Amino acid sequence: MRNEKSTEEVARGIRARVFEHTIRNNGGYLSQACSAAEQLAFLYNEGLNLGPSTMPAVPPPFSGVPSADNLDYVTGAGYNGPFDAVHDRLFIAPAHYALVAYACLIEVGRMAPEGLAMFNKDGSSVEMIGAEHSPGMEVHNGTLGIGLSTAAGLAFGRRRLGHTGRVCVFMSDGEVQEGQTWEAVQAAAHHGIDNLWAIMDVNRQQCDGAMEDVMTVGDIATKFRDFGATVAECDAHDLAAMRAAAATPHPGRPLIVLAHSRPTQGMDSLMSRFPRLHYVRFKSEDERLRMNLEIAAELGIAPVELEAR
Amino acid sequence: MEMVNRPYAGAFEAHAMQHPEVLCLSADLTSSCEIDGFRDRHPDRFLSLGMAEQNMLSFAGGLGLAGFRPFLHSFGVFLYRRPYDQLMASVAYPRRRVRLMGFLPGVTTPGGMTHQAIEDISVMRTIPNMTVLETGDATEVESIVAEADTVDGPVYCRILRGSVPRLFDTPLQIGRMRVLAEGGDVLVVTAGITTEEAIRARGALARAGVSVRHLHLNTLKPFDAAQIVDHAASVRHGVITLENHLVTGGIGSMVAEALAEAGLARRLIRLGLQDTYAHGGSRPYLMRHYGMDALSLVRAVERLTGQKTGIDEGALDAVRIEAVHSAAKAEAL
Repeated sequence: MRNEKSTEEVARGIRARVFEHTIRNNGGYLSQACSAAEQLAFLYNEGLNLGPSTMPAVPPPFSGVPSADNLDYVTGAGYNGPFDAVHDRLFIAPAHYALVAYACLIEVGRMAPEGLAMFNKDGSSVEMIGAEHSPGMEVHNGTLGIGLSTAAGLAFGRRRLGHTGRVCVFMSDGEVQEGQTWEAVQAAAHHGIDNLWAIMDVNRQQCDGAMEDVMTVGDIATKFRDFGATVAECDAHDLAAMRAAAATPHPGRPLIVLAHSRPTQGMDSLMSRFPRLHYVRFKSEDERLRMNLEIAAELGIAPVELEAR
Repeated sequence: MEMVNRPYAGAFEAHAMQHPEVLCLSADLTSSCEIDGFRDRHPDRFLSLGMAEQNMLSFAGGLGLAGFRPFLHSFGVFLYRRPYDQLMASVAYPRRRVRLMGFLPGVTTPGGMTHQAIEDISVMRTIPNMTVLETGDATEVESIVAEADTVDGPVYCRILRGSVPRLFDTPLQIGRMRVLAEGGDVLVVTAGITTEEAIRARGALARAGVSVRHLHLNTLKPFDAAQIVDHAASVRHGVITLENHLVTGGIGSMVAEALAEAGLARRLIRLGLQDTYAHGGSRPYLMRHYGMDALSLVRAVERLTGQKTGIDEGALDAVRIEAVHSAAKAEAL
């Protein structure tokens, strides 16, 4: 399924929607939209082979957790298309990027704009930290570092089943601090799981701030290669480079695309908050109003109309 | 007593050969979990995941998502302590049909604290969607493979290995406890290796005039509280639980909860590890040292009835002594 919009337009739309949401709600994962907009736009708009959504455009309310008594339970994977032999599967490993992923689903026509209004509302499936049942999600990845392992298992199983569809993981660079990420890469390499690939948002930020201050991780490209992966690198905001990196052949190995991003791309005004970018909550009404004007101008859109307080 | 050598090995191979969706996963304890022969004969069905249990649990979740039913083989303790988060998020929550085959439960390993799963029942039974099973003899080891694989969701199994006594002649069936004696003085509830201890004690207790009602549990979750309460209501003096596990969170706690929720007042003595770690040693030594053996059960019966039985170690049936170090497995690990 191909969208009518260009990938550049989708990326711009993601930033605009996350910006509007963050201003209205005085908080949001805004920096993640800056760094990852092109990556998610690329995956949904051209990088992955996804069928049409099988889910209602307006997300249904939360309908219970999986249990022996809840056999109608479904995950949010249907927003990424049907679960069949030929289509790709996508895991959003850093589940706190959910807001960005939801904005992307809207931009590519898989979710109605009303879905974002349900974000983090009680009783909604459009959860703040993407859950299995949230739109576009298929497994719980909220504890960072487990996504690549799950995808490796799924990819191994799909290969045994003769599926032609691949398994893709959208990752964040903070996950390389978790040991499990390295366990996953070594296992995927050992078993030659090459229907698996990941694109990692290398924004060098994490919850506490800049990664180099929180925990130095060194040269992750070399580390991934040493653990057996094929590695390609690109500027996360250069779609031509991203296309080339994602097309890197990786026979017998998983592919990790390191997408080097800027955590304020498209919204340079956010640099005034650096390095506290993980979750943007404005410190004052003045800051909120100033950011509304400044960032809207950068994005080339009208400021968000705010009701008087 | 008939001893069966490596009952798991043959049972798993037979089952896996009939079910192509079953995969055999190992975390560097392949011969220790009796799947070395399977690995050698069926390499296309065997997946070595190395000493990396966190990845193995999530990887198994992914295999489950693809429609496979992976059997994970390791020591029980390694299947939940380190990879607990992965167990929760990748296996239990989404109800993947992952079969966790936990070898060397409790004090059946001389490996000490790091190797002894002494709180696994407690942990596993609190996890929503989890089924928890335990084997007490060779017949149960042979039958648990196919039985566990019928569960639509994850299953944790305490598996006995090596030379295992045959106590029962009917297969393990999920949810069916075994009523091994129907006496009216004391209810004894056991599971796993403690059932054999209770059987040793029962003969001597009968000769001393104590009438024991004895239940063997192989299904710890779902737990049949109603049947436990019925049996407890039918004895004169009270209930004793004897488990290869901490008494908190395990069978002792389950029975206590069942009695309390039913409003049935019965004295309860919980034998097992009493808020303590164990250490490395032989199984008979550890069971004696930590009050989990037949003689400990006799003493608990005396406390419950208020009457000395006159039973000493000599009066009990001969203890089955196993060499900790055998030719087959020099390390006993």
